Amino acid sequence: MSATFVGMPAFPSAARAALADTQLRHNLAHATGTIRDKRARVVAEVEEWEDLRLAGAAVKQSALVDLDRHLVRLEETLTANGATVHWARDAAEANAIVARIARDHDADEVVKVKSMATQEIGLNEALAEEGILAWETDLAELIVQLGDDLPSHILVPAIHRNRAEIREIFLREMAGVGRPAPADLTDEPAVLAGAAREHLREKFLRAKVAVSGANFAVAETGTLVVVESEGNGRMCLTLPEVLVSVVGIEKVVPTWEGLDPLLRLLPRSSTGERMNPYTSTWSGVTPGDGPQEVHVVLLDNGRTRALADDVGRQALRCIRCSACLNVCPVYERVGGHAYGSVYPGPIGAILNPLMKGTGDPQTDSLPYASSLCGACFEVCPVRIDIPEVLVHLRAEVVDGHRGDRVPKAEAAAMAGAAWTLSDARRLAWVEKASGLAGRALTRFGRTRLPGGRAAAGRIPGPGAAAWTGARDLPAPPRESFRAWWRRTDGGRTDHTDTETGEGS
Amino acid sequence: MSAREEILGRVRSALEGVDRTGTVPPAPRVTPVADLVGRFAERVEDYRAVVERCSEADLASRVAAALPAGARVVVPPGLGVEVPGARVDDGLSAAELDALDAVVTEAVVGIAETGTIVLDHGPGQGRRIISLVPDRHVCIVRAAQVVADVPDAIAVLDPARPLTWISGPSATSDIELNRVEGVHGPRVLHVLVVD
Repeated sequence: MSATFVGMPAFPSAARAALADTQLRHNLAHATGTIRDKRARVVAEVEEWEDLRLAGAAVKQSALVDLDRHLVRLEETLTANGATVHWARDAAEANAIVARIARDHDADEVVKVKSMATQEIGLNEALAEEGILAWETDLAELIVQLGDDLPSHILVPAIHRNRAEIREIFLREMAGVGRPAPADLTDEPAVLAGAAREHLREKFLRAKVAVSGANFAVAETGTLVVVESEGNGRMCLTLPEVLVSVVGIEKVVPTWEGLDPLLRLLPRSSTGERMNPYTSTWSGVTPGDGPQEVHVVLLDNGRTRALADDVGRQALRCIRCSACLNVCPVYERVGGHAYGSVYPGPIGAILNPLMKGTGDPQTDSLPYASSLCGACFEVCPVRIDIPEVLVHLRAEVVDGHRGDRVPKAEAAAMAGAAWTLSDARRLAWVEKASGLAGRALTRFGRTRLPGGRAAAGRIPGPGAAAWTGARDLPAPPRESFRAWWRRTDGGRTDHTDTETGEGS
Repeated sequence: MSAREEILGRVRSALEGVDRTGTVPPAPRVTPVADLVGRFAERVEDYRAVVERCSEADLASRVAAALPAGARVVVPPGLGVEVPGARVDDGLSAAELDALDAVVTEAVVGIAETGTIVLDHGPGQGRRIISLVPDRHVCIVRAAQVVADVPDAIAVLDPARPLTWISGPSATSDIELNRVEGVHGPRVLHVLVVD
């Protein structure tokens, strides 16, 4: 299962800290705003975008509901193409396989294509323990690695950094691990990219082993696909003698034709381009061209747990475009670190609990890290109904606390409401009490909602303080509907509304 | 139990009772455009690639003009145009290629809608490494190779071959989510569309 960042508090505490960082909020607002506009422009260009989404969702869904058959087929075709297939139940097993392959070739370093799966399993750290250095070659991953930082976005792990910060990191850190940054480095993006090119080229040229993930794995043909921009992917997939690809089992696409809607949906949704600069596909070993030893590690690590969830299964359709992050009002303000996982944002809020299971406070806080506004579903290229899964997981979190000796304030409030609502006399008594509270608030309360209605400000007490800390509770009406009905015979005898005191 | 058996077992039990008969609706097709090759050229240019259209007769001179004076050039075996002074790839190492300035290749497919060029690394295209390491890629695409959209390309491409889809020069969106050209792949992409 995907590790939570070490020492990560639950989402609300992490979010509070992130919100206080004004530089972070500025960087995020600028970056997410830029990418939202770009995406909207290229999506609008496709006349039948909705039908394309339907097709993309159906391709991924058809792979998932028949996954065992497609995985067996993928293993057959890969093997026939000269690749070696490994299976890994969890992170430790996958890491051990990669380390063993590197050791078999006496490699003390590997070059890496950006890959969510290898981040999820903590491959770099596991290899470091074996004395093998893993060099990230994607620009954003390089920024994160050099800055000894954590990724905060699926597509752009260094989205929380601006150009000035990146320049500082390059000047400070590059010299310690290879070719130094030029002393006259400016913060022009093209200049920074040029520095990364010079720094990494020596690593590409000498590397014997490369590690990648895959965006898609075609079962019918035994083909892996990597979608990228910079050419670091092509370098890793082409130059070294040995290539190891760690591929989540949900990456399977049944047929070669099935790639079509996905290759059209992904670039427009992720970087807001008609097509990403480079897409590489390979089917095992090509004699005389590229790596002559090709390994594929098929990774479970909690994916079968998500697959078993009838509502949550759809999350495995995710193609990691990160459109949901860029439109999320919560992500835009708190950034990715607060989610405590390599999968942040709306998709992370469902993928983490689905893959790890609920039960620990950090994971359990994630389904609540959402306003349920639905923007994530609207932009998802494979139509994952993230709000539906969030609500489903919230129920699971609540169910997990049914047996608690000390119930949570929310559970106590719900139990109180059930007790009250299940008996007409109790309800009448509470309505009367709330009517009195309404009168008192209207008369003495100092908080007013827009429009003039009285409201309660912060109310003390467990649960209530947390709830009203960020919300004003509108004053209850002075008279309940039932009391009004009784008094006026359903409005036939008296047309005076006691709430406003005006005749209607 | 082996990891393979265990994972497959978990998948099967996760899918118990699940309806496996999903249908996949056909993906929508792009509205045809009259001038497919024009659309292709315009979309490639959008990526800040250099695009020129020329006739077969002019090709050799256009290729020569696309190469800076004195450039050290590599070409794949079987290239359909003469490039004087170019070295024909006979298994050059990465370090040797890194010392060269440019590469000239052909392609197998051009995709009009997305401005994408696909190489399948057959004759005239060469090993994947030669169109990657040198900083300038001069790529020859024939008008007859241009198809409308991604599904048309997928239909004619052979998945058994390694494929490289190229849409403009190497670029990144990693700094503040704005595209800038020029990271690890060729920083100059010069496309010659032969009518």
